[in-house]
Amino acid sequence: MTAPLLSIRDLTIAFGANAATRNVSFDIAPGETLALVGESGSGKSVTALSVLKLLPPTARLSGQILFKGQDLVTAPPADLRAVRGNDISMIFQEPMSSLNPVHTIEHQIGEVLAIHRGLRTSAARARTLELLDAVGIPDPKSRLASFPHQLSGGQRQRVMIAMALANEPDLLIADEPTTALDVTVQAQILVLLKDLQKRLGMAMLFITHDLGIVKTIADRVCVMTEGEIVETGPVAPLFARPQHAYTRHLLAAEPRGTPPASDATAPVIVEVSDLKVWFPIKRGLLRRTIGHIRAVDGVDLTIRRGETLGVVGESGSGKSTLGYALLRLLPSKGRIVVLGNDLQTRSWKAMRPLRADLQIVFQDPFGSLSPRLSVDQIIGEGLAVHQPRLNTVERDARVVAALQEVGLPPAARFRYPHEFSGGQRQRIAIARALVLQPQFVVLDEPTSALDVSIQAQVVDLLRDLQQRHGLTYLFISHDLKVVRALANQLIVMRDGKIVEHGPAADIFAAPKSDYTKTLLAAVFDIATLTPVASP
Amino acid sequence: MSTVSDTAQAPPRRRWLSPINQRRWQNFRANRRGWWSLWLFLAFFVLTLGSEFIANDKPIMVSYQGELLFPAFVDYPESRFGGFLGAPDYRGDFMAEQIAANGWAIWPPVRFSYSTVDVFQPGSGAIAPTWMLSREEACQRYPLGVDDPNCNWSNYHWLGTDGQAHDVLARLLYGVRISILFGFTLTILSSVVGLVAGAVQGYFGGWLDLIAQRLIEIWTAIPALYLLLIISSVIAPTFWVLLGILLLFSWVTLVGIVRAEFLRGRNFEYIAAARALGVSNPTIMWRHLLPNAMVATLTFMPFILSGSVVTLTSLDLLGLGLEPGTPSLGDLLFQGKENLQAPWLGLTGFFAIAILMTLLVFIGEAVRDAFDPRKAFA
Repeated sequence: MTAPLLSIRDLTIAFGANAATRNVSFDIAPGETLALVGESGSGKSVTALSVLKLLPPTARLSGQILFKGQDLVTAPPADLRAVRGNDISMIFQEPMSSLNPVHTIEHQIGEVLAIHRGLRTSAARARTLELLDAVGIPDPKSRLASFPHQLSGGQRQRVMIAMALANEPDLLIADEPTTALDVTVQAQILVLLKDLQKRLGMAMLFITHDLGIVKTIADRVCVMTEGEIVETGPVAPLFARPQHAYTRHLLAAEPRGTPPASDATAPVIVEVSDLKVWFPIKRGLLRRTIGHIRAVDGVDLTIRRGETLGVVGESGSGKSTLGYALLRLLPSKGRIVVLGNDLQTRSWKAMRPLRADLQIVFQDPFGSLSPRLSVDQIIGEGLAVHQPRLNTVERDARVVAALQEVGLPPAARFRYPHEFSGGQRQRIAIARALVLQPQFVVLDEPTSALDVSIQAQVVDLLRDLQQRHGLTYLFISHDLKVVRALANQLIVMRDGKIVEHGPAADIFAAPKSDYTKTLLAAVFDIATLTPVASP
Repeated sequence: MSTVSDTAQAPPRRRWLSPINQRRWQNFRANRRGWWSLWLFLAFFVLTLGSEFIANDKPIMVSYQGELLFPAFVDYPESRFGGFLGAPDYRGDFMAEQIAANGWAIWPPVRFSYSTVDVFQPGSGAIAPTWMLSREEACQRYPLGVDDPNCNWSNYHWLGTDGQAHDVLARLLYGVRISILFGFTLTILSSVVGLVAGAVQGYFGGWLDLIAQRLIEIWTAIPALYLLLIISSVIAPTFWVLLGILLLFSWVTLVGIVRAEFLRGRNFEYIAAARALGVSNPTIMWRHLLPNAMVATLTFMPFILSGSVVTLTSLDLLGLGLEPGTPSLGDLLFQGKENLQAPWLGLTGFFAIAILMTLLVFIGEAVRDAFDPRKAFA
């Protein structure tokens, strides 16, 4: 084996009294892809940033970061700048915020070329075009003068990659480069990275929390938890025979289980026909409506008691809007019949008695709980509205019961949301919905903001609650793995319309529409995708 | 209800403040300057609230023929003390003799109220503080001169007198009190109106917001001072009238911030969650959104308060403020301007306002620090 390109020895990074990483050591050989896997807070991003010494000044480093034999920990700033962007470059998670919104694409890529290679004007432009072509941006010439906001998320990430590759680095550090992207785009970017890596022969340090990506892209894996690397090894054997307990836990954490079979004779709980949510586009001085964004455009669906209808689609497909419109949190057109009541004819006030039966759980457990109310107040709020006759003792008993239902101790009700972890907060949000004993619950990406192992727990909890109380779910998610574990009926949405509709098992086994096929392939089988980038 | 007793363990001692507010309180206290300013300000304020006990031309308590009377709080007719006229002049010879013959009196340390004219002051017009004069000078107008028992420290003018022979210290105490009370009332009222207006605009948005915002823009374009000039020439400007007029213009200060907070806040998921629970709009605004807006409001309050005090002072200085004769800081400054030979008037007014403003600004800074989210949530 050749000498390692990057060699990290006993790296300890501390912020104040808290160590973010402890004695981290690993090597990357030239041309190799090493994946650093861990859940949020495991110290994987901090490790990646430390390689280029991009950490905030409060961080204290000890140990060695040897790049081609030079220790970057002790290197003077001038040497570091020569390495950054030239020998080692980096791609970040958020393509939205890692490009400067006031500069054109040409300017941003040209800057890197000018700094490290001294390329100017025509030479820089030629190289920029070459790079944009390499990362698969169609018609690169016309894109030179574009600003970041004129590109899609996937295109922005391609531009970021082009910038990172501008000087043909020896090592590319990719910090969750696909997390913020839709699944189909995610697959394209991964294929692109893999392809480019082969062609340019660079090494890659790939940071991710997604084990599916690791399987397809990496040669070797380092599993990190709580600032320590607990297991290292080549991908295939490590996935087949995990040694460390945490690795086993992580691998077992993928949402599993199957939804209960649906009963075709059960009464219909929700019936929607020709539901439309159109947002007007207003232009000009008089703000005249010149068109509509058709967020939800003519959706029909029925949900029977005890069923889970999964709604999948990429961002902007209108799936969350559909959930909001169903509960009349957004104005819409079309018929919505829930539990035999036509919701559209009801005023906001007349909706109130029905709301106890219709509940919603949101995506972001940090945003959906008011930081200023105790858990007791948060869960008890709905009871105060719908069952004002309850006295304090009875209400307390109901809050305690709801907390126990979601697996939290009764004492949790005296605490405030910020004292809980993401998974616990999502449990509180579920308890808030359940305390009213609803019949129908809209779950709007309830697991998307959570770590994988927590995701699995929440999925199990939701399934368990459904069986115990005969709940009916509308489960909105972009994560097909989670949907497969929960939904027995499925609709696939794109641009506000239903692309495919049917029993979940059938769709997963034999998708009919092309879009569904791409979507499924992007999640379950990245390797089979052909490179979309130009050769 | 055995299940309840099983699970309902004793709740932890409910603190008066939520954890976030506790941290804010800690942050406030950590700003030593603001912390001391708060105590000094409160001390001054409490002191001026008790102005009647410090500077008054009536005794606090009188024992007259074995009966306990409280002239500082109750208006007794002079007939009560064996006289004939309506209101007794406790500083006069007749009352002094009556009380001395039939009991005793407890006087406040300064025997002048804000409107008391000192007939024994040496000379006419504004007279320098008594401690700057020799005893002969100070007592020259008393009937018995230097030997007069009334020429003692309780009849001294510690800060001199103004052009109408009023005691400056007494006027300062009462003036600061009226300034702070006026400021507080105006601040609270304009905050309440501003909060309600901003909350409604921000929460409901749309046309309501659009129209209200334009109206506010037109409203703020009206020159308030000219309007005040016109109104004060028609209506006698009492405390409440003046408060009402200033309120007409001061409520807009907070609308912008509160509206912005509500506009931002109404898209939070916990607001959507509350709507999905069927919580009514007023309750959502009160319980979920108002706490967000309170941070901005409380941060602004000390500055609105100091602004209100300054506004009242400047109106009084221009003679457009409170009724003539009312003690106020503006009137003190006006007297100082009219009597340039008596610097104690202007200096007293200047230092009173400067210290008051400084304290309020320091408190405001500390409040702002305390509510700084980077510190409160750190």
